[in-house]
Amino acid sequence: MLDGCPSTYLITFWRCVMSTKDDALLKELTLEEYKYGFTTDIEMDIAPKGLTEDTVRLISAKKNEPEWLLEWRLKALQHFLKMDMPTWQNFENPDVDFQDISYYAAPKAKPKLNSLDEVDPELLSTFAKLGIPLDEQKVLAGVVAVDAVFDSVSVKTTFREKLKEQGVIFSSFGEAVQEHPELIRQYLGTVVPQTDNVYAALNSAVFSDGSFVYIPKGVRCPMELSTYFRINAENTGQFERTLIIADEGAYVSYLEGCTAPMRDENQMHAAVVELIALKDAEIKYSTVQNWYPGDKDGKGGIYNFVTKRGICKGDHSKISWTQVETGSAITWKYPGVILKGDHSVGEFYSVALTRNKQVADTGTKMIHLGKNTRSKIISKGISAGVSHNSYRGLVKIGPGADNSRNFTQCDSLLIGDRCGAHTFPYIESRNKTAKLEHEATTSKIGEDQLFYLTQRGIDPEKAVGLIVNGYAKEVLNQLPMEFAVEAQKLLAISLEGSVG
Amino acid sequence: MLSIKNLHASVEDKAILKGLDLEVKAGEVHAIMGPNGSGKSTLGNVLAGREAYEVTEGEVLLDGSDLLALSPEDRAREGVFLAFQYPIEIPGVSNINFLKTALSEIRAYKGLPPMEARDFLKKVKEKQQLVEFDAKLANRSLNEGFSGGEKKRNEIFQLAMLEPKLAILDETDSGLDIDALRIVARGVNQLRADNNAFILITHYQRLLEYIVPDFVHVLYNGRIVRSGTKELALELEEKGYDWIKETVDA
Ligand SMILES: Nc1ncnc2c1ncn2[C@@H]1O[C@H](COP(=O)(O)OP(=O)(O)OP(=O)(O)O)[C@@H](O)[C@H]1O
Ligand SMILES: [Mg+2]
Repeated sequence: MLDGCPSTYLITFWRCVMSTKDDALLKELTLEEYKYGFTTDIEMDIAPKGLTEDTVRLISAKKNEPEWLLEWRLKALQHFLKMDMPTWQNFENPDVDFQDISYYAAPKAKPKLNSLDEVDPELLSTFAKLGIPLDEQKVLAGVVAVDAVFDSVSVKTTFREKLKEQGVIFSSFGEAVQEHPELIRQYLGTVVPQTDNVYAALNSAVFSDGSFVYIPKGVRCPMELSTYFRINAENTGQFERTLIIADEGAYVSYLEGCTAPMRDENQMHAAVVELIALKDAEIKYSTVQNWYPGDKDGKGGIYNFVTKRGICKGDHSKISWTQVETGSAITWKYPGVILKGDHSVGEFYSVALTRNKQVADTGTKMIHLGKNTRSKIISKGISAGVSHNSYRGLVKIGPGADNSRNFTQCDSLLIGDRCGAHTFPYIESRNKTAKLEHEATTSKIGEDQLFYLTQRGIDPEKAVGLIVNGYAKEVLNQLPMEFAVEAQKLLAISLEGSVG
Repeated sequence: MLSIKNLHASVEDKAILKGLDLEVKAGEVHAIMGPNGSGKSTLGNVLAGREAYEVTEGEVLLDGSDLLALSPEDRAREGVFLAFQYPIEIPGVSNINFLKTALSEIRAYKGLPPMEARDFLKKVKEKQQLVEFDAKLANRSLNEGFSGGEKKRNEIFQLAMLEPKLAILDETDSGLDIDALRIVARGVNQLRADNNAFILITHYQRLLEYIVPDFVHVLYNGRIVRSGTKELALELEEKGYDWIKETVDA
């Protein structure tokens, strides 16, 4: 059962983000290259392929979970086995053989680390390749804020101390199950029920790890919390679970980054993210997704089937999703917000870029239940090659949602004439006082724009990068500084070779 | 510096330039005038390498080497600058970031590292003052929502920043108010040097009062049909183009 091949892991770390006015300028002036296609050899503990009750029991036992959680997983498995694959999407459902996937993999080594020297050099070079600055690498490694990776390793960090002082809990999901089972039990599955969709059911049964955040009443989390996900192994699925709770009056900004090495076969990523904002609380969740998209012929790449949803449970609470999606062979996700509290606010800012044979079917669901609730949707699709990019959004106004408002803007930018952009806005309103606005545009990068920039000495590919970043600016501006820089680079790099 | 011989060019298979000759030496300013549709902007586009414009005959040398063999970006890097008759809007791309990118690319072509951010900003400030270009505009998205005159001024600001060898100004004066015209002219005059040259495409003699050209040419029906000094511009202003058309068409 234990074999030594490299596998899936996820890395959790904290960043201290300093924000100054210069940032904006710096953001403007930075444009460099990077690539993520590499694998890391770290000894892993991998479960045999296949999905049965035994698999679920094995995962639960490995993680030393309480009985109630095992029961919960088993229930999810039963749901999963009964559910059919969805058929409403705007692409061909790939054939996923659920028995050909390994559902559990964890790094084998679980050392107690005291300094950087003791850290697996492979892991360090992974961080370096990911472009994580050395200081952070130290934090990550020395400290192993990588607790999600080596989840029994727990070394004190200044960051962690700082968070602890304020009562903030930020840990791997597994650790939280051990240390704060009451919180997990209270909230797990309350926003994304097991039966929500087939991938949510699957995740609920086999989720491996993930992150847990709790911000206590009235606390403004003093730093950005972030998680880096990376799929490393062959034939493994990644099923992480994130649960974030902002108690009354709390604030947190959470960042999630994803990369994966190049592989010929498709890998699956089926995560579930649940956000809970109580009265007056605010959660900002940002994602830069750069899973391996497959090659230009559509070979390989990640299937990214993620269920993300937040609930504005209390009055005057706010949840905003920002996503920059450039990777994955197929992206299929609709981060949504249930606006239950009166005066609550939901936002969704998205840039989805597809090229070659990539498919993105993404958008949001804004469910207005409370009075005076507001939602805003800004979606920017960019399609190149023979890719297909769909916006699919649902705005639902419940009968009690008096005076609720939604503004939706969906823009599509086409590069070349073999790609497709589609928008599917769904509106269900059961309250006459609601105000809904929808704007949509489709444009192409103009020859005149390209000529203007190249006439100033700018390389055509860079010119496209600039134009695309300009187009996506409204969304990129929502990201914290470091992510914004990374996202800009990603957009520019992702378009290399798409011109002409 | 620039040597154009028997240049023929067409757009969508329609011949526009029909045997154009022009010699521009370093340090010179040439004005090109001519009726609407005679091919002035076409000449600018051909020199800058715009895709839709096909050269069917003739040669263009820049400092002795074949300009037509280069891509538009390489021509720009070699020092060809076209101030557009109708500058393009690029939403979301800040003027500053655009200029920084352009400058870095041109420098990289010459084997120079990108300018230090501080030096760059200093240069921006200096050139902004030279052409009295509002700092607020410099930080806005490239030409987005700029007035016609602001766009033209931005072209001159870019020109000042990029310091090209050969600048072609396509009707930069049209749409400028009197004050702006003076400012732009002053900017160009200060940028004039022994190692660069300007081609001014204009309909108005007035510009040439501020920027005094060494030569004035009349472009008509795809060819330069008359050349002279600044007095020619005065004559055109007075008499229009008919007398030239008559002699050419005859
Ligand atoms: N991209 C194009 N497609 C089709 N026709 C074109 C194109 N560009 C120029 N032409 C045509 O070529 C001719 C010359 O145009 P050009 O723009 O060079 O004239 P101009 O001398 O600059 O005129 P103006 O003084 O009005 O600016 C015109 O008949 C014009 O319609
Ligand atoms: Mg013209």
